[in-house]
Amino acid sequence: MSTVTTVVIPARSPIRRLWYAAPVLAVLLVLPWVAEQYQTILLAYGLVMAIAAIGFNLLLGYTGLLSFGHSAYFGVGAYAVALMVKYLGVVSMELHLLGAIAASVLVTAIFGIACVRYTRIFFSILTMALSQVLWSLAFKFFWVTGGTDGLRVPTPTLLGVVTGKGDKTAFLVHQYYYYVLGVFLVCVAIMWVIVNSPFGRALQAIRDNETRAQFVGIPIWRYRWVAFMLSGVFTGVAGALWVPLNGLTTPDILHWTFSGKIVFMAVLGGFRTFVGPIVGAVVYNYLESYAVGYTVYWQLFLGVILVVLVLSLPTGIVGTAERLMARRRGPR
Amino acid sequence: MDIALIHVFNALLYASVLFLIAGGLSLIYGVMRIVNLAHGNLYAFGAYVSAWIIGYLSTSVAVGEAGSGAPTWVLLALLPAGALAAAAAGALLEPTLLRPFYKRAEEYQLLVTFGLLMIIDDVIRFLWGPYPLSASVVFENFGSVTVGDTLYPTYNFLVIGVGALAAVFLWAFIYRTRFGVVLRATSQDMRMSAALGVNVNRVYVQAFTLGCFMAGLGGAIIVPSQSAVLGMGVDALILSFIVVVIGGLGSLEGALLGALIVGVVREAGITWFPEVELAVLYLMAAAVLLVRPAGLFGRA
Amino acid sequence: MSVLLETKAVVKQFGEFRAVDRVDFRVQEGEVLALIGSNGAGKTTLVNLISGLLTADEGHILFRGHDVTKQPVKERIRAGIARSFQLVNLFDQLSALDNVALAIFSRQGKTRRLLSLADADRPVWQEATDVLALFRLDAHARTLAGGLSQGERKLLDVAIAYALKPKLLFLDEPTSGVGTREKAPIMDTIVSVVRSEGISAAIIEHDMDVVFSYSDRIVAMHQGTILADGTPDQIRRDEKVLTTLIGTPEPPRPSQGGG
Repeated sequence: MSTVTTVVIPARSPIRRLWYAAPVLAVLLVLPWVAEQYQTILLAYGLVMAIAAIGFNLLLGYTGLLSFGHSAYFGVGAYAVALMVKYLGVVSMELHLLGAIAASVLVTAIFGIACVRYTRIFFSILTMALSQVLWSLAFKFFWVTGGTDGLRVPTPTLLGVVTGKGDKTAFLVHQYYYYVLGVFLVCVAIMWVIVNSPFGRALQAIRDNETRAQFVGIPIWRYRWVAFMLSGVFTGVAGALWVPLNGLTTPDILHWTFSGKIVFMAVLGGFRTFVGPIVGAVVYNYLESYAVGYTVYWQLFLGVILVVLVLSLPTGIVGTAERLMARRRGPR
Repeated sequence: MDIALIHVFNALLYASVLFLIAGGLSLIYGVMRIVNLAHGNLYAFGAYVSAWIIGYLSTSVAVGEAGSGAPTWVLLALLPAGALAAAAAGALLEPTLLRPFYKRAEEYQLLVTFGLLMIIDDVIRFLWGPYPLSASVVFENFGSVTVGDTLYPTYNFLVIGVGALAAVFLWAFIYRTRFGVVLRATSQDMRMSAALGVNVNRVYVQAFTLGCFMAGLGGAIIVPSQSAVLGMGVDALILSFIVVVIGGLGSLEGALLGALIVGVVREAGITWFPEVELAVLYLMAAAVLLVRPAGLFGRA
Repeated sequence: MSVLLETKAVVKQFGEFRAVDRVDFRVQEGEVLALIGSNGAGKTTLVNLISGLLTADEGHILFRGHDVTKQPVKERIRAGIARSFQLVNLFDQLSALDNVALAIFSRQGKTRRLLSLADADRPVWQEATDVLALFRLDAHARTLAGGLSQGERKLLDVAIAYALKPKLLFLDEPTSGVGTREKAPIMDTIVSVVRSEGISAAIIEHDMDVVFSYSDRIVAMHQGTILADGTPDQIRRDEKVLTTLIGTPEPPRPSQGGG
């Protein structure tokens, strides 16, 4: 895939890494009590996108496959929720999540069979084409999907007891924020185990050298297929969590340019690291929200950032930070 | 019968414009192995520039009779300005933004062109605002001809003609000129060509400029019949992806065949199955990728 | 000694070119065998057919009496056929230890586990560490494979194959691209490991010093067929081999190339 940047890897110390996470977690926990409501909601969006981004990065960072079609799975998660509300009257968020997982497993299983046989640009284009199929269907079958108007989704019931009846903003800022945070932490924990599991190592082996992976007995296509499904499911869960925040789902989230945003997030944070996409998603979300608030030319602003980023900081925020820290520690 | 004929003309119309855009995309990929996600925006850029010039001249009192604007032939002669503008943009972008990426992993190339897509989108918005830009005066001045019982716009034939001419010129250019030989050699084996004294940097900038010119020309010739609108670039990019995937990335013959296929399916889709027209196209592309990953004309 | 592997009239055709032409090739249990021949003689193609990278057009490949001709790579590895590569194929972004551990995980069928931590599997890490020590790579256990020297990469390539616990190991030019002085230590390490474990090894090699000093038997190939087969002494005196292979200007190549 590319050149080797660091030669010696640090000794494994997952516990020490957790110390870094502790203050971050503390901030995440107290934020709704100290920050403005708008800030909390922004962060909730950021966390949701972070789930999508770590899902995406299982393919890019760990399996070496650049998907330009993750909008499809995000959209499948979101539309699964919206359709469950519309046709089944389901309001339980847990059922929504289960429905989104089931729907994204189904879609990724089918798309995956087609996609995992290819790598590089062909994989990217194929995932993009397939995601556009879903986009065009959501766009055209308006009697089911609401077309460009989309589908409205009321606030769900959390854990069977907490409802959003009444002040919707208060619900989103407190109960729903903590719900998102909880799901986010669970997703991060699961993904962390996956990438550090023997299976995760096998994916990295496939990424580094497909032929050799085959000759240590790894069934390449099957593993890629499983990774593809896992990746899509995380992104689908993110889509499901996103809907109540947004209150509405439209075909925009199925369009391939939305996939581009997910790619942007992973690269912004650094796709060679585990936490990179999380940082990237949160930062991107702030960047986009503020840019949209300040100027109609927010795309120009983000585009320039992306180009500069890829030109000068290809390892992203986290990768660059790690390198700087290593350099500071180096001379001693 | 007449209806069938009109369907054929429409299919050819789509195919002509699509060939110009997708042919450019494919040419760039074939020579430089770069998939330019901003390619559709260069098509849009060409459309805007042409529409802007035509719009300005056709309402300007300075030229021609008061109130009537410049005569049609002047407007027509200025129509290719959009193509030249897109080519100029390409000649500027390749050395500055793309050249640093040839030795980097593919994902970075895709990302930088995705960034470019966002940038050009907003540059267009900045220059011409959020409203559609029309050059319909050219289209209207051409009038229409009767096909059986129905009227059909004469201008559409011009578009089809330009598409056909472009295909012929391009073929002659690639297979009958020295530059074509160099281009093909570079696309076969960049290192070998460089070792044989080909100035690869120059070939790359020329190929990229030519590809952008084609995209811009596509935009310029279609804009009199459809206004230039924001978002037209992204839609065109996806359609030309379908074309090149069907025909084979990097193959001009493939782009021509792919454009014809997509043109026919689109026309059929709009007429008979509008709900799934786009889905059918994307599925076709996916199916071709599955059966023949290199496309109908591609090299494996 | 009993026969471990046997090919019967194996054929592989690339277009007009017959890379392997009705070859009967045999490996005995526990022997170290050298495959020699000029470029394009069919050595690597033969190894590719046996290891499963390519599928034979005709003929049969029997491994311990079972027909593996059409079996997928995974099954052949499970049966006990492993290989290294001429142009080293490693997992460059993983540490040397991870490279070997992956082979062990795969051998034990553990790569299917996605909800347990790889690092927590002590026995695997112990074994991986031992394998690295065996190949004298223990000092580089935590170095990314991409950062190793060419000689170390060659050894790691073999170590990965060894960690699969094969019965038959194919080594495709284990010393190509390595400085002359490094060749003997590499071969010493590899051959001593192989012999002490009783693994059969088939080595493709161009360096005749290496070939004659490390192998029990030598098979010479030429234009897709087997030209000669015998002990180093027999081959040294074989006229056909002398004229077509050793005598002809086929200098020991210092660099890499197709075999």
